[in-house]
Amino acid sequence: MANHKISVTINGAVREAEVESRLLLVHLIRENFAMTGTHVGCDTSHCGACTVHLDGQPVKSCTVLAVQADGCKITTVEGLEKGGKLHAVQEGFTEKHGLQCGFCTPGMLMTTSALLERNKNPSELEIRQAISGNLCRCTGYVNIVKAVQYAAEKMR
Amino acid sequence: MIPAAFDYHRPDTLDEALKLLKKHGDEAKVLSGGMSLLPMLKLRLASFAHLVDINRVPGLDYIKEEKGTLRIGAMTRQATLERSDLIKSKYPILADAVPLIADPLVRNRGTIGGNVANGDPGNDQPAIMIALGATFVAQGSKERSIAANQFYKGLYDTALARNEILTEVRIPVPPAKSGGAYAKLKRKTGDFAVAAAAVQLTLNAKGTVERCGIALTNAGLTPVEAGDAMKFLTGKTPDEKTIMEAAKLAAAKSSPSADRRGSVEYKKEMARVLTARALKKAVARAGQS
Repeated sequence: MANHKISVTINGAVREAEVESRLLLVHLIRENFAMTGTHVGCDTSHCGACTVHLDGQPVKSCTVLAVQADGCKITTVEGLEKGGKLHAVQEGFTEKHGLQCGFCTPGMLMTTSALLERNKNPSELEIRQAISGNLCRCTGYVNIVKAVQYAAEKMR
Repeated sequence: MIPAAFDYHRPDTLDEALKLLKKHGDEAKVLSGGMSLLPMLKLRLASFAHLVDINRVPGLDYIKEEKGTLRIGAMTRQATLERSDLIKSKYPILADAVPLIADPLVRNRGTIGGNVANGDPGNDQPAIMIALGATFVAQGSKERSIAANQFYKGLYDTALARNEILTEVRIPVPPAKSGGAYAKLKRKTGDFAVAAAAVQLTLNAKGTVERCGIALTNAGLTPVEAGDAMKFLTGKTPDEKTIMEAAKLAAAKSSPSADRRGSVEYKKEMARVLTARALKKAVARAGQS
């Protein structure tokens, strides 16, 4: 079984790795690159804790092969903050208490930051639909929705 | 969970992909969006020595109408279909269904080609394609087209040969006075349907049914074409009583199995209810088009 030399741009930095075909993107990020902000939750493409942006699209990184990301741009939760300033969704989750245990939060942040790129003024329903592939067992989603609304306003 | 070891291939052209399939035969599997295949490999419900990734094969991602046919490239993502104005305005059966497939993150990867080619009776688009009278284009040593209602042979078993790749879905552009609808019951986002019904019909000038297609999702080992209901409806005025009778005939064709989504009786009853709902919506839409 041949290994593959891959090169990805992760949070703006070019990183190279030699990977087995079967290595999952989430493990490339967490283990090869030692960036543990991206979480493994269910590991069965249900919970969304592992959500990252792959060429700008939010995807579940437990269900993409690392080798498939070769040549692609990846953004993880570590890449949301710019120059010491939190992204609007990060600020929103802080201000509106959008988390309790925090396990789902990296995925929530990646999904909602992508939503706000596409839709500057999402309705409550659109926010709820956008995060329907990200499970939170603590908050009941109410404060997550408020956090995204806060971020949307901030970004407009 | 880690899949069993395999070799990954990323061809740049369709020819190269077909050569790889020919070379590796039964040991090779096409990787499209990977939203069904990768979980199955991770759970070790399936294993293949070779994966042929067609994500970078150019020219398989498009939605266009040409000479009376809607052509959708196999690598078109569900998210692309969901945002397509053409689909939203002219193909309500797909506009109903796509936002109900898996979840938004999965729809960013999952493709229409994978959904129809995988042969999972829980997938939504196979029944929709049967209702629409669609055909699938398969590329192998030569190109051939296979009618959607002839494509599904059994659980994960389709008419697609090992050395073929499904490259395009072809849907006849619906004539005037056509309407379609997809009604699906699911327990939660990300789950497969408890039951779902796909309906596409055309009315004639007198308001009677000129043509109709009805098919059910998760109602057996393959998508179920409700032939009796289709025959019954054709030529009739689709009033309440006729629709209820057609829905009963459709549900009689279903043979679901009991699981955590419900008993056989419950699922058959839901197939009836959902067929009736889809028929009513399709008739209303046909009246407006």
